[in-house]
Amino acid sequence: MNKTINQKAWYFVIPVFVLVAFNAAIPLMTVVNYSFQETFGNNVFAWEGTRWFKQILLSERFHAALGRQFAFTFIILLIQIPLGIAIALTMPKKGWGVPVCLILMSMPLLIPWNVVGAMWNIFALPDIGFLGYTLNSVGFDYNFTQQPGDAWFTTILMDVWHWTSLVVLLSYAGLNSIQPAYYQAAEIDGASRWATFRYIELPKMKKVLTLAILLRFMDSFMIYTEPFVLTGGGPGNTTAFLSIDLVKMALGQFDLGPAAAMSLIYFFIVLLVCWVFYNLMMKNEAQS
Amino acid sequence: MKKYKWLVPTLYIIFLMLPIYWLINMSFKTTTEIINTYSLWPQKFTLENYVKIFTDSTWYMGYVNSITYTVFNTVISVAAALPAAYAFSRYKFLGDKHLFFWLLTNRMAPPAVFALPFFQFYSSVNLFDTHIAVALSHCLFNIPLAVWILEGFMSAVPKELDETAYVDGYSFGRFFFKIFVPTIAAGIGITMFFCFMFSWVELLLAKTLTATEAKPIAATMTRTASTSGYELGLLAAAGTLTIIPGAIVIYFVKDYIAKGFAMGRV
Repeated sequence: MNKTINQKAWYFVIPVFVLVAFNAAIPLMTVVNYSFQETFGNNVFAWEGTRWFKQILLSERFHAALGRQFAFTFIILLIQIPLGIAIALTMPKKGWGVPVCLILMSMPLLIPWNVVGAMWNIFALPDIGFLGYTLNSVGFDYNFTQQPGDAWFTTILMDVWHWTSLVVLLSYAGLNSIQPAYYQAAEIDGASRWATFRYIELPKMKKVLTLAILLRFMDSFMIYTEPFVLTGGGPGNTTAFLSIDLVKMALGQFDLGPAAAMSLIYFFIVLLVCWVFYNLMMKNEAQS
Repeated sequence: MKKYKWLVPTLYIIFLMLPIYWLINMSFKTTTEIINTYSLWPQKFTLENYVKIFTDSTWYMGYVNSITYTVFNTVISVAAALPAAYAFSRYKFLGDKHLFFWLLTNRMAPPAVFALPFFQFYSSVNLFDTHIAVALSHCLFNIPLAVWILEGFMSAVPKELDETAYVDGYSFGRFFFKIFVPTIAAGIGITMFFCFMFSWVELLLAKTLTATEAKPIAATMTRTASTSGYELGLLAAAGTLTIIPGAIVIYFVKDYIAKGFAMGRV
């Protein structure tokens, strides 16, 4: 759409600008403030320069948490995106099955995150949970509160349970926007199922899939509540992702300086990856 | 192969429903039964857990609090986002693209980063432990989201609609509320749904900004679980009840959801 230049449009944006600035700029400045200072309690501060940043960037604890975070995000993207596409492709296109699928599949998205964690906790308990009990009775030695491997497996399964539906809904919407004529043309050309997917469906889903990857990247990178309730970051520190580690440092040990420096580094990484994605997405939108 | 296509979504839905079923199953058991026996359905069916929640004010007030700040947040977010989205969809102005990306960055900010400064900030303006504090803090991610979705819907409405209305002598205010808002009603519905959803499921900020007066149900659950041992039955019942508002909302917007996602803006 060709837009008219109108500087007065700023008046329309002011409420949003004020509300978000009030919520984002002021707290963010507080964080920046802390990140350069040492606190002694009673509001006494001393300038520390870039010491906290160096400390965080060189600390093994941060490297380990960052490594776990990237591993987790990478694994869940690798599972959720293909799985989501596969489910969207097999979903009914019309009839009573559509609302049933949409409603049931959206359910996990609307459950408070700590309830998701608590639900999976009792679902996976080895003695009284369905998942834990079943796995143990078929011969696996499964206990997610004791064994790091099991804790990872459970956390990933929980995230797949929680968020795959988002990818499904996005892909489904993308598929629905394809005109029937494309499929007819493919049929006339005698295209295989794979060729239809590769050359018709996948390109048409590009936009929604970029969005799905962006959203899943962002949200899994910020994940806090669900693993916190499920495993508490344990056993040991094996499932302590970035947010969990950060909150432990900031609110648990009250190390404000290092925590603030870590927050900024953390935010910067998310921002960087999202900026790349955002540009990709806008390029797609400009093309279509 | 085509014949067995229905198997994939069916198996997926079964996978989704299993943990939910397990939660509901436990909510009808007594805590002693949960701890001592493993069973696929309640042996001694009891409503005791639900009775406790509906008669104890620390429990049911948690629901009232959660719903209160969620509704506040939805109203504030949509009301503020409507004019802004209109500006983004219709006009070019100084810094518009940067502003739009800046708004989106707030959707990307990890809430854990903001938890502590929010606590200090809202305490210093005497809003700590109020519904409005939680509602305002959730604006951080809901306003950018609302602007983003609404802008998508508004851009789909041709500009000729605006121009014709002005030619017909409508003032901007009358045009906006009498013509434009009804035109994008579906978009507003979807936006409200997503604002409601993200405010309803968020816990970290809601928990940090409240103590007793505005404590969300989800936080009540974590506290009770840690102080009085694991009252699993009660926990399960409270958890089951948190699913209901979402299920109701989703039933109402089911026809619009696919359309909303098709805009590619969530």
